[in-house]
Amino acid sequence: MNCRSEVLEVTVEARQVEEAMLALLHTVLLHRSTGKFHYKKEGTYSIGTVGTLDIDCDFIDFTFVRVSSEELDRMIRKAVNEFKDALSNSGSDGMGQISLEFYQKKKSRWPFSDECIPWEVWSIKVNVVNLANEQERQICLEKVGEKLGEKVINVVEVINRHEYLPKMPTQSEVDNVFDTSLKDVQPYLYKISYQITDTLGTSVSTTMRRLIKDTLAL
Amino acid sequence: MDGDLSLQDKKDLDKFIKFFALKTVQVIVQARLGEKIFTRSSSSPTGSDWFNLAIKDIPEVTHEAKKALAGQLPGIGRSMCVEISLKTSEGDSMELETWCLEMNEKCDKDIKVSYTVYNRLSVLLKSLLAITRVTPAYKLSRKQGHDYVILYRIYFGEVQLTGLGEGFQSVRVGVVGTPVGTVTLSCAYRTNLAFMSSRQFQRSAPITGIIVDHFVDPPFNSQRPPTMGHPCNYRAPDDEEGGPFPGVQDSQEVCTTSFSTSPPSQVSERPLAPPPLLLLSFIPVTLSFFSFPMLMLYPVKEGGVASSPAPPAPGADAHLADPAPNTPCSRYYPPPPPRLLHVACLSRSLTPADPLEFLNTFTRKVGAFVNKPNAQVCYMTLELLLFSLVHPPDSPPCPSPLQASLHSESSEGSGQQEDFVMVDFRPAFSKDDLLPMDLGTFYREFQNPPQLASLSLNISSQSMAEDLDSLPEKLRIYEKNIDEFDAFVDMLQ
Repeated sequence: MNCRSEVLEVTVEARQVEEAMLALLHTVLLHRSTGKFHYKKEGTYSIGTVGTLDIDCDFIDFTFVRVSSEELDRMIRKAVNEFKDALSNSGSDGMGQISLEFYQKKKSRWPFSDECIPWEVWSIKVNVVNLANEQERQICLEKVGEKLGEKVINVVEVINRHEYLPKMPTQSEVDNVFDTSLKDVQPYLYKISYQITDTLGTSVSTTMRRLIKDTLAL
Repeated sequence: MDGDLSLQDKKDLDKFIKFFALKTVQVIVQARLGEKIFTRSSSSPTGSDWFNLAIKDIPEVTHEAKKALAGQLPGIGRSMCVEISLKTSEGDSMELETWCLEMNEKCDKDIKVSYTVYNRLSVLLKSLLAITRVTPAYKLSRKQGHDYVILYRIYFGEVQLTGLGEGFQSVRVGVVGTPVGTVTLSCAYRTNLAFMSSRQFQRSAPITGIIVDHFVDPPFNSQRPPTMGHPCNYRAPDDEEGGPFPGVQDSQEVCTTSFSTSPPSQVSERPLAPPPLLLLSFIPVTLSFFSFPMLMLYPVKEGGVASSPAPPAPGADAHLADPAPNTPCSRYYPPPPPRLLHVACLSRSLTPADPLEFLNTFTRKVGAFVNKPNAQVCYMTLELLLFSLVHPPDSPPCPSPLQASLHSESSEGSGQQEDFVMVDFRPAFSKDDLLPMDLGTFYREFQNPPQLASLSLNISSQSMAEDLDSLPEKLRIYEKNIDEFDAFVDMLQ
């Protein structure tokens, strides 16, 4: 099975990076999260309810919908803030890419560790620009909002192709497919990583790979 | 086709499509209420949340949707449409978008109804949640209030898109294949919102007394034309009164969200308590600009020194009623100078070759939209151009095309030279909620500053003579302290 890969590209001001990333990552996670599974005796299961929440951006003329889960939001914000800090430390005209990868675990026999097989990767390429005056910023505020709207439509279009999704797991295998650590919702297993490039487009020593979940841990 | 589908699957599929249609309507209407939506996640299934999504049910909306469906289901050739339109306080209305739930003939016979179709419908609803915040009508709906409201209308049958004007755009939310056809959800939205002189609005009875947070009954009575929609923001009847819409208690079917793991087997049902009635109140949002290519003119106020008018207090609907002669409202008054008009062109891509002609095109419509300076609006240089058309108070009245075009009634008489007709002056970047009109007051006060005293001939010649007389004395002092000055210069180096 080949991993499905989608790339989104945005050009934003430095102060808009956080909200733009949150908007897109949360839009994807909204579609890739379900309610908590409750398994029953007969081998059936029921699913909890996913709530939603509108978020108005402060630096972009845009509103997005995210899953109503503070835990999930905290984790995404943490990753986005790390990416944002890395971008700002790299220089004022930095470029970077943040990736949201959905994977499933495949159990391996001892002494080998579980294998993580990605099945969908969303990469968001960010190009940070500096604007000269308030008028340009005002224009950027609305333009970025429109662009994000287009990206949301792109995300929805891809997701509604209904291509490969991991099979619904049994109770013993649910942790290989879903992140069951959250108490209110259950997203597919995911990890977020990022890369920073400088204005020359070269991969520099500041390239880092941070994992929200340590999939290599034994 | 239906013969391949088991009776249970057919029954489930019909139920899924029915509740999907009802939830679709709820999501669309709630997204146009004008406020942010929040629902909680619940780890335990409640049995009443269809498609595992927390979507509240507004009873009136459900009632209207069921009335439109009239016992039928969206099917091939039978589409369910939700039309969103805008209606101004002057009675003009305009369709903004039409959401269509359709079904085509493409079938997916192998798909599992109670499992895959259900989950995909759930994903499609999530997509609808996301897309409803992206289309242009969302921003409009967030800013609705006492000058315009957003209405919805549900109809069943053939899709009607002619009211969206030329150049409307479409976005497909998603599709779900089923054994009886493919469910498609899409939206067609208007792109051209300019108020042109040859407009396509329908005149109807103006909205009166429409402060939306004080409604008990819906603002539109049952005698309204069937083409007029329902407002998206009114207070639902109190639960204790029962209301005209007793809610879904009498017809709500529980949703069974019990699934089997491997392989997907028959869903087991268990009766659950019907969901409680949900009472929703809609909080109106104060007005602001919306980002469409549009030119807006501010209403002219009569009499007195222009000061920032307080926003209409709740219940103060006089400005929306038929205006008394001296009531500040969207009327034109004969323009003795000075006359300040604040025009904001919201389209940054619009660079008219002749600004005055451009303005004239839009001068028929005034007062439909109230400016809120702290909105995220980009003012064009047209604003500065317009200020340049304003004449100072003591200059003779000079008719300009702009002023001429603003005459909608005969003049009140020639003895108006001393009466200043001041418009609601709202300078850019000033906020209403902080020291209202502080910037505006400053601007007005210093617009005609007195001449500098030093520029007057008498004073300037007098001061020059004094300067010349004091020069020798000053030179003596400087020569005396020359060592001190040299030491200071050395210190700086």
